[in-house]
Amino acid sequence: MTNAIPLEAVLVVAGALFCIGLFGALSRRNMVGILMGVELMLNAVNINLVAFWRYLEPRFITGQTFALFVIAVAAAEAAVGLAMIIAIYRSWQTVNADSVDSLRG
Amino acid sequence: MTLVIQLIFGLVAALIIGAAMMVVLVRNVIHAALWLIACFFGVGALYLLLQAEFLAVVQVLIYVGAISILILFAIMLTRQVTGEGVRQLVGGWRLWLTVAISALLFAVVIVPTVASQQWNVPPPLGPEGAPEPLAGPAELGRGFVSEFLLQFEVAGVLLTVALIGAIVVAYEERARRRRVLTLAEEHELRKRAAASDQPAGD
Repeated sequence: MTNAIPLEAVLVVAGALFCIGLFGALSRRNMVGILMGVELMLNAVNINLVAFWRYLEPRFITGQTFALFVIAVAAAEAAVGLAMIIAIYRSWQTVNADSVDSLRG
Repeated sequence: MTLVIQLIFGLVAALIIGAAMMVVLVRNVIHAALWLIACFFGVGALYLLLQAEFLAVVQVLIYVGAISILILFAIMLTRQVTGEGVRQLVGGWRLWLTVAISALLFAVVIVPTVASQQWNVPPPLGPEGAPEPLAGPAELGRGFVSEFLLQFEVAGVLLTVALIGAIVVAYEERARRRRVLTLAEEHELRKRAAASDQPAGD
């Protein structure tokens, strides 16, 4: 497995996924779309962690453990973020991040 | 064997990148969420390829099973977001700025850094032909109750707090709740509106 695919290939795939997620989080106007971009970025980070575990430290569990904690934090983040989106939709009748601007100076 | 693994890796990478592109570019938000599920499946397949079987199962359970459903529910609870006519991306110079930021981050920072680094991958351990000693689910479970016990408990507390916080934030008093139209009622209303637009000839 490690002979067939160089580590760089996996890292480049994860980097591309991170950049696509960053683009989505920055350019989407819909708040759910922004959250989807953040999820893509978290997945890219997880790919990196698993790849480094597999190629550099396959005998230790640290990489997989870190990836599991990232997944747990991502689940918590998604739950709270979507609850906030629903609460904002109730009072503003919109999910467009640009039109929620009551804190703008 | 090597060629087969490389072929599978290429397919999985194409699936991940293509699905992620569809997630950020497609107009309909529900379609974006479905492409997100495809992307999560691709990442799970990549974990399987990297021999992290437990993480692949966790990925499918949590991302595909829980987070995607949560996102789909949030889309359904916030109406008027699937709209085809609504612009989904920011416009003008802001769009080009975000394109430039992500493209430059990828082309100028990530790829040169990855390519110029000497990664020093250790050769497979053990005797030739024997399976490599890999940390599996058994070691993970043992680590969670010994080495990473504090972090494990903190993650549990975090999930509990997030759950209660989500309920508190999204909770709505019954008295203040508005009547929400079902899809059938909305369809009926739209049909009636379309009928009233027509001249009342027939």
